[in-house]
Amino acid sequence: MTTTAAQASQAPTVTALGEAEVASLRADFPILGRRVADGAPLAYLDSAATSQRPRGVLDAERAFAERSYGAVHRGAHTLAEESTDAYEGAREAVAAFVGMPANGLVWTRNATEALNVLAFALSDPDAGPLALGPGDEVVVTELEHHANLVPWQRACARTGATLRWIPLTYQGRLDLDALDDVVTDRTKVLAVAHASNVLGTVNPVAELAERARSVGALTVVDACQSVPHLPVDVAALGVDAAVFSGHKMLGPTGVGALVARPALLEALPPVVTGGSMVETVTMTEATFRPPPQRFEAGTPPVAQAVALHAAVNYLRSLGMERVAAREHELTVRLLEGVASVPGVRILGPADAVDRIGAVSFVVDDVHPHDVGQVLDASGIAVRVGHHCAQPVHRRYGVTASTRASVYVYTTTAEIDAFVEALRGVRAYFGRA
Amino acid sequence: MTSSPSSSSLDGLYQQVILDHARERHGRGLREAPAGAGAEGESRQYNPLCGDEVTLRVALEQDAVRDVSWTGEGCSISQAATSVLHDLVVGQPVDRARQLVGTYREMVRSRGQVEPDESVLGDAVAFAGVGRHANRVKCAMLGWTAFEDALLRAEGSSRD
Repeated sequence: MTTTAAQASQAPTVTALGEAEVASLRADFPILGRRVADGAPLAYLDSAATSQRPRGVLDAERAFAERSYGAVHRGAHTLAEESTDAYEGAREAVAAFVGMPANGLVWTRNATEALNVLAFALSDPDAGPLALGPGDEVVVTELEHHANLVPWQRACARTGATLRWIPLTYQGRLDLDALDDVVTDRTKVLAVAHASNVLGTVNPVAELAERARSVGALTVVDACQSVPHLPVDVAALGVDAAVFSGHKMLGPTGVGALVARPALLEALPPVVTGGSMVETVTMTEATFRPPPQRFEAGTPPVAQAVALHAAVNYLRSLGMERVAAREHELTVRLLEGVASVPGVRILGPADAVDRIGAVSFVVDDVHPHDVGQVLDASGIAVRVGHHCAQPVHRRYGVTASTRASVYVYTTTAEIDAFVEALRGVRAYFGRA
Repeated sequence: MTSSPSSSSLDGLYQQVILDHARERHGRGLREAPAGAGAEGESRQYNPLCGDEVTLRVALEQDAVRDVSWTGEGCSISQAATSVLHDLVVGQPVDRARQLVGTYREMVRSRGQVEPDESVLGDAVAFAGVGRHANRVKCAMLGWTAFEDALLRAEGSSRD
């Protein structure tokens, strides 16, 4: 087995973020102080869907807008220059946060868009030898978010390529026994989540990428659920491309990133075209700028990139090793708590090894919407539904689930309050 | 010790009538039309937000609703709402049943603003509180929308 970031974080050299530190950093997040239904204090356990923002991130966006905002990459005035510096500085910092050079980061609206950019570029004949076609195969896994499934379904439909997938074991991990059968000489792209947004499983991405490389396939990683929670070095993982969203890592909505080996970006044709991404334009044709600008048509999310820079600085100041170690402790507590409630079944690995703190579960005879509603009455915010991953729910025989997820600001008291409230759910509906 | 959560906003949504109907689910189990019934119609409604679904069958006899039967997966709101629908419309003239659907829809979509008339809506007044939870309105409407659609199909088939 490959050592993953989650395992590394359990090494004794790393001191987890402590309860007192968490209590004090919560003051940085204004929203965590609010009260919700019937005056209950908010216990926000939905960070896997979207995270909350510290004041420093909110302030960075506002300060930028109040002082420096202007069009990037054009104009000779002071604001245009300061904006370009801030925008490109954010690119450098966010890329470095995941171990990549600045010219390997393309700004997108979110991770979904980033995956679509790849899927569209790879289904364009101008991608040359990388272009998908009949006889080629794209491999995904059974635990993918729709964002890393549907774009590949469409790419296959456009090109005549075939979609295949790595199945799941009953325990909620990839069935690696199937790896060599599914990833073959016909495979052109392996697209896989680093961590599952439903099961919490952290996949052995380095091992998967090695197999893909051995058959000449590209590895694309959906890192939405790993980059916010684990130290991730995309270059060290040996993958070709990865995507993540700003709003899941203390940043704003409207900004995400596609990071990739610069040589791969160089080989891909543009997807969205227009201003900012061209060199010379005549009435009949255009030439394109080198990456990353080639993939950034139109006015980009400048203020959002600046705010994401602040979010990355915040996470760096905490230390991702310490964040991962803290979240591992919370995951253990969450798993034990949920497992202790009668009539509740956890989807995904029951142990906290190679697992992030997103715990989905099914309550016997009580629909997830009803579970979420009852928890909300105690101020506890969880996610209900299929979490944009219908196939993984179908795999475990359900259509929907309830999910509690942790982040840097989650306290053990919140987890305990959640477990206590969960204990009362079946009784409320007369099922206990 | 297991304790039930207690909260006024929660109890405003989950009235006892709703909890009871969610367990008992009147009319559940798709049935063939009873002997002597006339036109039949069936409708399947799906909520893509949560994956909930209901399939509902209506049997008419002359101009009245002779039978309603249904199946499907869903939350307590959608299950109870369909159960209450069954009790309210079976035996009613079609016009009156359709009117009930309109009145009910107005109530659950009113964000708690419409004061429901219990003499008209009976047990369905329990769903007035749903209007204050915008993301649950679709749950309360799922079975009722299926009924409305099945009714149209039944009438359509009887004209063929």
